[in-house]
Amino acid sequence: MEEQVFRFVSKEQKAALPPPESEVGPLGIVRRNLFATPVDIVLSIAAGIVVVWGVWGIFQWAVIDAVFTGSDREACLVEGGGHGGACWAFVKAKFGQFVYGVYPFDDRWRVDVLFVMLALLVAGLAIPKVPYKRLNAVLLFGVFPVVTLVLLTGGQFSFSGGMLAFLFLIAAGFTIADVSSEPQVGSHSLPVKIAIGAAALSLLSILVAGLVDARTVVFLDFRFSALSLVSLLAALVALGAVLYAGFMARRGEGNVARMFYPAIAVILFVFLMTTNFGLSHVPTNLWGGLMLTLVVALSGIAASLPLGVLLALGRRSDMPAVKLLSVIFIEFWRGVPLITVLFMANFMLPLFMPEGVTFNQLLRACVGVALFSAAYMAEVIRGGLQAIPKGQYEGADAMALTYWQKMRMIILPQALKLVIPGIVNTFIGLFKDTSLVYIIGLADLLGTVRRGFNDPNWITPSTPATGLIFAAFIYWLFCFSMSRYSIYTERRLDTGHKS
Amino acid sequence: MSAETHPAPRSSSWASVLNNPTVRSIVIQVTLIVALVVFVWWIVSNTARNLAEANIASGFGFLWSRAGFDIAITPIAYTSNETYGEAIVIGILNTLIISGAGIALATILGFIVGIGRLSGNFLIRLLSTVYVETFRNIPPLLVILFWYFGVLSVLGGPRGLEENAFGVYLTNRGLQVPAVIFGFLAWASLVAFVVGIVATVIIARRNKAHQLATGERKPLLWTAVALIVGLPIIAFLVTGLPATMEFPTANRFNLAGGIQIRPEFISLWLALSIYTGAFIAEIVRAGIMSVSKGQNEAASALGLTRGQALRLVVVPQAFRVIIPPLTSQYLNLTKNSSLGLAVGYPELVAVGSTVLNQSGQSIEVVCIWMAVYLTISLSVSAFMNWFNSKMALVER
Repeated sequence: MEEQVFRFVSKEQKAALPPPESEVGPLGIVRRNLFATPVDIVLSIAAGIVVVWGVWGIFQWAVIDAVFTGSDREACLVEGGGHGGACWAFVKAKFGQFVYGVYPFDDRWRVDVLFVMLALLVAGLAIPKVPYKRLNAVLLFGVFPVVTLVLLTGGQFSFSGGMLAFLFLIAAGFTIADVSSEPQVGSHSLPVKIAIGAAALSLLSILVAGLVDARTVVFLDFRFSALSLVSLLAALVALGAVLYAGFMARRGEGNVARMFYPAIAVILFVFLMTTNFGLSHVPTNLWGGLMLTLVVALSGIAASLPLGVLLALGRRSDMPAVKLLSVIFIEFWRGVPLITVLFMANFMLPLFMPEGVTFNQLLRACVGVALFSAAYMAEVIRGGLQAIPKGQYEGADAMALTYWQKMRMIILPQALKLVIPGIVNTFIGLFKDTSLVYIIGLADLLGTVRRGFNDPNWITPSTPATGLIFAAFIYWLFCFSMSRYSIYTERRLDTGHKS
Repeated sequence: MSAETHPAPRSSSWASVLNNPTVRSIVIQVTLIVALVVFVWWIVSNTARNLAEANIASGFGFLWSRAGFDIAITPIAYTSNETYGEAIVIGILNTLIISGAGIALATILGFIVGIGRLSGNFLIRLLSTVYVETFRNIPPLLVILFWYFGVLSVLGGPRGLEENAFGVYLTNRGLQVPAVIFGFLAWASLVAFVVGIVATVIIARRNKAHQLATGERKPLLWTAVALIVGLPIIAFLVTGLPATMEFPTANRFNLAGGIQIRPEFISLWLALSIYTGAFIAEIVRAGIMSVSKGQNEAASALGLTRGQALRLVVVPQAFRVIIPPLTSQYLNLTKNSSLGLAVGYPELVAVGSTVLNQSGQSIEVVCIWMAVYLTISLSVSAFMNWFNSKMALVER
């Protein structure tokens, strides 16, 4: 064998050759993205023509031919009767109506205050870095709706005595649940037993009071029948007894204040709702525009999420009756169009009520929207519940958690996180669906635009398109930002382990 | 007795009964049902009293009384002397027509755009994305109104139009297109068309059997085109062209002849298709993306062309992901067709609301609405579930 002698041995690896000229640089990118194959060339040219033509057309309509100023239709009319560009003067003139409807001019600051509050609270909750999330959530979901109700309507609601009793009964119920879950107290100590008994008495008398007509007496500015007075007193006794029990048990510990929250919340609620803050009364038929859209959408969102969770849990329940009722409820609402639901709410709800009880039209629409979207929400959440591995349920059972503890602490946090995109999509759908309330006669954003371009002062060929495109842009802004936020949240919450 | 000597066990046994899951579940369910029954009874009694006070007779008898209103678009003969019942039937037919037309266009749009969003071509991708992100986030009602009030209503009227060669005119009265009036012998062409489809199906089955037996694929496309398109054309020619075209003619004041497609239909149809198409595009995109990359690579490793890979490997697998959400989009479109009310397209809800306003029978009309939509929803989902299970069987 002949020994081979190499004259040159490379000590290090050779650098790679640069990619061919045609594949790199701006030219390469253009070639790869636009002119890769003959078909692509044809498509690119066609699409390029469409893009240029479309962008130019929109630019011409929205800017070059558009009318920006003017006080009535004369400004937007084109000589010869054709239709020119956008009539932004119309949007400018009607902007107030598009946002506030016919809400009294001097009281529009109230709506502005609410807009600012809403924006701040939502931003605080949505931006992950902002602290005090819990407080923020309480403010947004607990305080903000009440403030909205008071500011928009003017407050000074008159509560019946029965209503007052019912509110205190709810507070007592929450406090009893809180205190009796305390191991040192349990449900056997005497004050707790008294509280439970008194609460039961209160509930019973309030139910009977609802069925029996009785003479009313005025007590602390509230109208009471004898039975509802009994109910209120019993609820107060229950509250007192359970607070005493909790106080004795938790004395010396740090969390004494917690058990007073329900009672404080109810007292604050009653105070806010009934006090005269000097705000003039604005009936809901004056509400309109974007404000009304937001009222319907937000109340729908607020109502549909908890209702949807309950329905989803009901549909997955082991109890046949609960399951069947949930299935029927969900499939019924999902099978019919929203507009028939709104018609039903509008025409049939008044028939369902006992005589003398009237339902505000806005409230009817809100009820319809909330029930409708709750059914969709339930299906989304059910998807999340089904995606949770069985081990999580069994683990929770093994820890001896009760059903509600299991759901609240183990299952729902995981399930809801899984279906955030679906929930947000339902919200987006709900937001778009609020535009339907205009068909039953409410002046939401779309409704005010629709009324606006029927205004004789502004009838021109280009007004409808301008108004509708403006409205479309507002809707688009809300829906698009919601969907982007959902994508962002989904990425942020992605823990990386998927089952 | 035991109560005196052992007070504690008694209370604990009471507690254990309360904590027994079976007892609890029975108690909860019974309470729920009783509450529901009471609630329903309360509503029914309230309604009965309210109706009695308003002097409204309940029941479906009103369906046989005279309607007395005209309907703009009637697929079957209808005059205002017919009954409410027939008016509602017309409404149902119109709902079905608009849903069918909308589903067809939305599917085409959605598939094109959905595939376009995955295209390697930047401009196509851009256009598709802009389309999807725009129309997904705008209420369909607004789009309907836009087409109706923003575009179609402001077109010129049908006066003094210039003649055009195609006989197609777009005015504020809608789209006027030439009508084809078939003679009696045209039946032969229809029969030929059906025969062509049947023959194609038979040949396709044979080809499949042949492929399973020998592994050889026989081309089907041109045979199918010849059978389905060519055969009716030949029959049409042989029977001596039994059809005449009626062109709309523009006279001084109006358009005469041809078929008029009303602006209500056009705006509703376009808006529903565009809106639903955006959702279908996303479904299609997700479906195609759900097919793992390895499948594509394996297909090209087997030497399939890109078209074959799509047709034989990717699409059948993507379809399994696409069908369930596609069904719900079809149902959504059908339900959204109720928005025709806003522009006066006489579908079920629009006709129903006229009936409701005239007769005051709100409960009955709402019941009819619910019943019809629930029937459509449930039967479509039943059909799609069947179709879905058929597709799912392909899985090995």
